[in-house]
Amino acid sequence: MAASLSSVMPATGAALFFRRLFRRKLVLAAAIILLIAIVAALFAALITPFDPGAMRVARRLRAPDGVNWFGTDELGRDVFSRIIWGGRASLGIGAAVVIFSVSIGGLLGLLAGYFRRLDAVIMRIVDALMALPDILLAIFLVAVLGASAFNVILALAIVYTPRVIRVVRASTLVVRELPFVEAARALGVSLHRILFVHVLLNVASPILVQATFIFAYAVLAEAGLSFLGAGVPPDIPTWGTMIASGQQYADRAFWVVLFPGLAIVLVALSLQILGDGLRDMLDPKLRKAL
Amino acid sequence: MESAPLLEITDLSVTFRGEAGESTPVRGVSLSVNANETHAVVGESGSGKSVTSLAVMGLLPKASSRISGGAIRYRRRDGLTSDLAHASDGEMRRLRGAEIAMIFQEPMTSLNPVLTIGEQIAEAVRLHLGYDRARAKARAVEMLALVEIPDAARRADDYPHHMSGGMRQRAMIALAMSCNPALLIADEPTTALDVTIQAQVLKLIDRLRLETGMGVLFITHNLGVVAEIANRVSVFYAGEVVESAEKRPLFHAPRHPYTRALLDCLPARAKRDENNRRILNPIPGQVAPVKAGCGFAPRCVHARAWCHEVAPALEAEDGRVIRCHRWQEVA
Repeated sequence: MAASLSSVMPATGAALFFRRLFRRKLVLAAAIILLIAIVAALFAALITPFDPGAMRVARRLRAPDGVNWFGTDELGRDVFSRIIWGGRASLGIGAAVVIFSVSIGGLLGLLAGYFRRLDAVIMRIVDALMALPDILLAIFLVAVLGASAFNVILALAIVYTPRVIRVVRASTLVVRELPFVEAARALGVSLHRILFVHVLLNVASPILVQATFIFAYAVLAEAGLSFLGAGVPPDIPTWGTMIASGQQYADRAFWVVLFPGLAIVLVALSLQILGDGLRDMLDPKLRKAL
Repeated sequence: MESAPLLEITDLSVTFRGEAGESTPVRGVSLSVNANETHAVVGESGSGKSVTSLAVMGLLPKASSRISGGAIRYRRRDGLTSDLAHASDGEMRRLRGAEIAMIFQEPMTSLNPVLTIGEQIAEAVRLHLGYDRARAKARAVEMLALVEIPDAARRADDYPHHMSGGMRQRAMIALAMSCNPALLIADEPTTALDVTIQAQVLKLIDRLRLETGMGVLFITHNLGVVAEIANRVSVFYAGEVVESAEKRPLFHAPRHPYTRALLDCLPARAKRDENNRRILNPIPGQVAPVKAGCGFAPRCVHARAWCHEVAPALEAEDGRVIRCHRWQEVA
């Protein structure tokens, strides 16, 4: 809807929301870190001083200095440039996992929550998937599908979709019983619209919160998979592959694993903090306590 | 008054299937609503009045209930008659909102909290009247003004939580009225409101009925509300109509012992006749399972042995119907 005159008033919904969200400095810091990471990933080519693949054997395993800010790795590649490009891959994979699992999980969760017959079928599959440890299931899937960036996305999406289904189903079960759903039916609104407008909008906030957590898990899991060699092939720089290939030099050149490790920790932690902040904001019971 | 009623429910029964077997909370109910008339349905909780209204709307839960008898004849705007008891889902959906609208008891939760009032009205208007976005928005503002919401243009952009209970119920009415329904079903629309707001909302519904000539099926447990708004009244007890009459005769000369007992409970009457004030006998356990005899007999001060054994039939007497063996002796 177009901006109305009421947006001139002191605080519109969105502005108030962000002001409240960022009142906690930790959440604000997390959001800024994420923003920097995302901008750096988007404009990697403009920011990085070196080609992430360019090898200069003469300068291998150099400590951080004025030229190579984060040092160089075992093939003389610039760690800083590789972290930026690696972030592009890691964040991209994370984002793709979120998009996959939230859209499919959201749809299946809505259907499971709304239609009792489907519920039994969908939730048994979800239970079965959730009974397996996340990382083992992901390793198994990548092993079956083959190691590639796309297959890592697919595997992690399969791992995290059940979480979304659970959350959305639980919220849908609550929302479907609310009188406004019946009121919408009494107005002749179609089932399709009730489900994808009236119910979906009301379960959007738990989906959003879940999405930030899954983003964090996916970044961590991609690093874990790559580290274990069951993830992205080593020639593509991601934070996980950088640590994996750098681990054997960690005793001589700590920077080859420290900086990608820091990047993972910072981004995952920031996502978790932002997710917590959103959850506290969107849950009316917790909001009162703030 | 027109000859053919707008809505004619004949011998309607609704059966629910539960874990403990089947129960029939609505048994052989007949009532009719004419255009430009408010027919009030009064009864206690569980007397079947809401189930009856849901049956008319086709909103009974499909998994656990069915219409087990009777017909709900509705005279459509195109002049044809539909039997809503056996209408298809598609037909019901076209009628709901467009011709038959409903307002609910809970104004706090009957509006979607994440859509603005204007968006919700616009949704209905676009669906049934085929308006485009701009016209639908204008219609929403027009409807909000019609239900006397001040500053309607700005209020249309409000979310339900910005509004008070009374204003939300007005918005709910605006939503229901947005597609010019011929029949409005109001299921306890004022129960959740305080008394002054209640009176305003009742006046509003009555004004809209007069202006549009729609029929209103008004469900309530409050006889004070009935006195204000109804033209005709049907009293429900345990899933049956026990008495049905024009408002005035019903209030002045109630025939059925249950109607009399209900009226005797009204504070205004009790004051007038302090010595005669009576409290309705409490419900003896469960009301629902009536195997034989009159449903009200276990609570009736006038019950005789045969009342417990033989179910009374509806008896007609100049424009009203009564379901009681002894009404002539008792009255």
